Parts: sequence; C-alpha cells; structure tokens
Amino acid sequence: MTTAQPELRRISGPSALGGGGRRFINLTWLVATTDFKLTYFGSVLGYIWSFAQPLLFFGVLYLVFGVVLANTFVKVADFPVLLLMNIVLFNFFQGATGTAVSSVVVRENLVRKMHFPRLVIPLAVVCTAAMQLVLNLLVVLLFMLIYGLQPRLTWLLMPVIALLFFVLSCGVAMLLSALYVRYRDVAPIWGVISQALFYASPVFITIDSIEQHGQTITRFYMCNPLAAILQQARHWIIGNSPSTAEVMGGYGWVLIPTAIGIAICVLGFYVFHREAPRIAEEL
Amino acid sequence: MTTAPIAIRIEELRKTFRIPEHRVHTLKERTLHPLRRDKFDEFEVLKGVSFEVVQGEFFGIVGRNGSGKSTLLKCLAGIYRTDGGTIAVAGRLSPFIELGVGFNPDLTARDNVLINAVMMGLTPREARARLDEIISFAELERFVDQKLKNYSSGMQVRLAFAVMIQSDPDVLLIDEVLAVGDAAFQQKCIDVFYRLRGEGKTIVLVTHEMGLVERFCHRALKLSGGKITHIGDPAEIGRAYLSENFATVDSSHLQGSESAQIRLVDAWVTDTSGARIDAVSFREWLRIHVVLEARQPISRPGVSIWLSNEDGVRVFAAGARENGEALADLEAGERLEFSIIVQNPLSAGRYYVGCGVTQGSAGLEILLFRNRAADIVSYGADLHSLVNVEFEPSVTRTHPQREAIT
Repeated sequence: MTTAQPELRRISGPSALGGGGRRFINLTWLVATTDFKLTYFGSVLGYIWSFAQPLLFFGVLYLVFGVVLANTFVKVADFPVLLLMNIVLFNFFQGATGTAVSSVVVRENLVRKMHFPRLVIPLAVVCTAAMQLVLNLLVVLLFMLIYGLQPRLTWLLMPVIALLFFVLSCGVAMLLSALYVRYRDVAPIWGVISQALFYASPVFITIDSIEQHGQTITRFYMCNPLAAILQQARHWIIGNSPSTAEVMGGYGWVLIPTAIGIAICVLGFYVFHREAPRIAEEL
Repeated sequence: MTTAPIAIRIEELRKTFRIPEHRVHTLKERTLHPLRRDKFDEFEVLKGVSFEVVQGEFFGIVGRNGSGKSTLLKCLAGIYRTDGGTIAVAGRLSPFIELGVGFNPDLTARDNVLINAVMMGLTPREARARLDEIISFAELERFVDQKLKNYSSGMQVRLAFAVMIQSDPDVLLIDEVLAVGDAAFQQKCIDVFYRLRGEGKTIVLVTHEMGLVERFCHRALKLSGGKITHIGDPAEIGRAYLSENFATVDSSHLQGSESAQIRLVDAWVTDTSGARIDAVSFREWLRIHVVLEARQPISRPGVSIWLSNEDGVRVFAAGARENGEALADLEAGERLEFSIIVQNPLSAGRYYVGCGVTQGSAGLEILLFRNRAADIVSYGADLHSLVNVEFEPSVTRTHPQREAIT
C-alpha cells in the first residue's frame, strides 16, 4: 500500500512559536474561549458575577475618594464614570498578568506531554481576560450613557485603547510566565508590583492632582505606559482632559512610554523564547 | 525487506539532564548571591543513539527502568530539546501518550478532545467533525459533558488513545498504554494495532511487555544505559531483555546450568516406557525430567520446569510438589529428580525444556535459570494455535423472532 510520501522533516524540539501560524492562532483561540466558557458559564450568575467585582471595587473607591475625601483631592469632572472605566481597564491588566504568571506551571501536564507552541499558554490567558474586558467595556459605555455623558465620535477609538492594554499585558505575561518556571517568588513579587502600579497609574488619583507638582514630575509620572494609555483613554472617552501628548508637553515625549512598552514586549518575548525549549524539563 | 521509505531517522541522539545540586529557586536568592553558580550533576540519559525506522514498520523499544526509553520517545515527540544529534520524521506525528495524558481535569471530555486534537494539528473544524467518532471509540458517550477530573484513569487513557487514533497521524508513538484499561479495551487496542499495521502506519511502541513486542513488532531495539545494545528481531530482543532482567537479580551464571548453590545435572524427555526421545507425536504421552544437585544447603527450594517454543514464548510451566506440599529443604550434595508426565498438546515444531530453581518461601531469590536445557520436536498436528486443550463442544439453537410471534 503506497500513500503520498511525506518528506522527512527535522524535529527541532519544543519552542515558543513553531508549528505554523494558523495552528498557533487556532489553538490560542480555542484554549482562550474554552477557559472563558469555563469561568463564566460555570456559575449561575455567570457574567454578572464577573462584573460585580470591579463594580463593588468602584463603589468602595468612589465612596472613599469621591465622597468622604472629596475635598482632599482636586475636583475632577465626571469622576464616577472616569473611575469606573479606569478600574475596568486596570483590572484587565492586573487580572491577565496575575493569572499568566503561574499559567505555564499550572498547565504542567500539558507541557510535559504534548508538543505545541508554548507561547499559546500565556497568550490564551490574556485573550480570555480580553474577552471579559470587551464585555465590561460595553457595560461601562452603558453606564456612561445612563450617567448622561454625551456620546462622542472618539468613543470609536475605544478598541485602540483596549488593544494597547492587550499588547502590553501580553508582553508582561510572557516575561512573568517564563520567569516563574525558574523563580517561584515571581508571583508574590508581581503581586506587590501590580498593587504599586495601581497607585502609580491615574486610576483614582488623576492627572489633575499630579500636575500640581510641576511639569517634570508629571512627565516622569507619564513615562509609565499604563498612565499614558489611561490618560489618552480619558481624553478620548470622557473628555474635559488633555491628551497624553499635551500633558507631557509634546508628541516627542510620548515616545518614552511607547518605547518602554515596546521594550517590555520585546524583553518578554525574548525571555519566553529562550526558556521555551527547556520548560518541560525545568518544571 | 524492500527499500521502503524511511519514516524516522535518528542520528547520534544525545540528551543530558542537569540535576541541580543546589538550585536557585527564587529571585531573592539570585539577588542575594549573585555570584553563586548553579551546581549541576550531569546525567547523560541518551549517549548517542542512532537508528532508522522504515515506513509501515511496527517498531518496539524495550529496556529496563531508567534505560532512557521514555526520554527517547519524548525527544522524538518534540517535548524535550535534544543536546546533540538529529531526529527527522516523515509526516505527522501523534503525541506521545502515557498514563495521565495531557488533559485539563477541569474541562469536559468534549473540550479536552477538541483542544488535544487541535494541538495534534487538526483544524478546529476537523476536530469537531471527528468528535463523535472519538467519543464512541472510547465508549464514553454517556460522559461527554463530564469534567475529566471525574474520570477514572482507565477512561482517560481510553479517551487519549481514541484521540490519537482518530487524529490520523502518520507516525504513532505509544508508551505503555495497555497497562491501564480493562481487558475489553485492551483487546480493542490490539485490534487497532493490527489494523494500523495492515494500513502501513509506522508505530513506535515502548513497553515492558515482551509478549506485545514479539506479537506486533517487526523489529525492536533494546536500550541499556542510554545505548542501543540490541537491534533487530523482536524474539531475540525479548530474550535479551528477559535475561538482562534476571541477570541483575543474581549475576551472569544464572543463565548457565550451574550456580554456586545448585547444578543442573541433566534434563531430558522420555516416552512412557522410559526411553529417551527427541520427537513426540501429537496426543502421545511424554515425560520431562530434570535432575538437580545442591552444592550448598538450600532452604525452601522451588523447582519449576517449562516448555517454550522457538520464539521464546513459554507454552506452559509446572512447579514441583512433594506429596502435595512444598519441597523440603535440600542438603549439600543431595540430588533431586523432578519429572512431569503430560499428553502432548503441542502444535508441530521444536520446543525447549527450561528449568529454574528459587530459594525462600516467596520464591524471589533465583538460584538457577536455564532456558534451553533440552529440546523436543512435536509432530503430527499443525494446529492454528500453540496448544490444543480438551474441550466439550455444546450447541443450542433458538429463533427469537419466531418465538416472539407465537
């Protein structure tokens, strides 16, 4: 019996990508949607439950900073909706990267037994979180309309904001998940850092409070890619606030957070790519 | 053998594991002791393995625990990065499957099958199309939407095996799958092996079970200490494997007809009158004798004799009893003759008399192990089986449809 004769192909061992782009995308999508279904269709309240958490958090923060300590901070226009949007965006970043840290180790039995591009694992985690982000942002838009915000043309730029967050999260996820295989204290360390980032980004302490301290401090503050994206989101979606470039004093300055963001992604990919072939043995 | 195209070519494959003596586990340690290098014990698992498997071949890999056979398979499957040498495979490779397959316990069988199939290289559409076939092959229709953590290990292996078969790979890698799963499923796997062999698929089977290797494999190799010690005829490999296994129980003299404790004086076959024979007709009575001489006192000895065929397959074995009880202790210099009388049930061919002696009530300490102490040719019956046993045939007839009408 003779069938079509396949070519002899070299087996090069496990890698971060490898195995064809189509298969990579299929696999990432499938793993992400399966996880998404598992998380949100497993419980009775499903999706509502998943939105309750950021909403409750919003309630607490609003009560503390918008009502109780209202006079301590600079008055910000449309603070409630701004706060809600910021929380949803930051929550995505924190959730995606936090889950990604241990993702490769958690899927140990898969990694040790199957040949597939290793990068699928952290990216699928970020994709799952991104699906939730899309739903959450729709709810946020709904809240904005109820609140009485006038719909603006720049609302259409929301996907750009989400995409920037997505890319940045992917970079951090790659870096952390690869490091975690070797160094198990990456998880608690990242827990602290991401908590610090929450305060170091304009989530509830807005740029209006920072600007009081002068241009240099403001520029330094905006070097954080998260701060840069959040400020731009505020400019486009909520309004009444300058764009990131205006805050920093020129488009040239925006290159700094952009470069930092790109550097994180490149570093993340580099580290993951270097570790990928040995992950199965290091576990 | 014709010049079939090569399906797997492995050249000078090397794999070394670095086992850390002191492992830096945390970033904290790394920053506190930036100069401390990780110390490693190098453990060379594969020391330059080369072989080729041609297309359509059923290839067995045997070896004792730790000989490197699973590592070899993992390198072949692309799970480990090799440290030297090359591996080339023609066509699509099935994953390496073993106990506790790469499933996510929190997902349902349906989701796991889809993900696994896509990992193997199917498109999601193909995977969905084959889902039903996979589930029905695994006989798990009732449990499709159950989470995998509720499955027994046998069910999981069934599912994994089904996914592997249905994903239609060109080269299959199988590691000890038959160890779990009930008899019915094992039979199903064996049926599939025969079918795949007929279809000309290339299969690499790693196992401890020599019977499987001898039954299915066209060729086999034996690994020992990371090197190929034998390659070729499965029956020969099987013998080498078994003797290696026994060789480590005691030293090399086990294979011979004497050891420090005991000597096999003679082994022979006679007819009922007591005359030595070297051939016996089917259904005729024959007597197999062995005579042993103890060189040292042996407590609770166990003596057994067996017949094996040309392929090294044991046809039957018999243990010695004395007045219906276990043998009494042997003194130094004492001789013991053990014989059995049987009516020849054997298909035509040459058979070998083997003899073994153990010490201790558990029979674990092997003093003597001799496979071919004497031989006998059976003739007169070319059965389509190894032996013929007495049976009582019985036939009943019913006609359920007709009975239902009346």
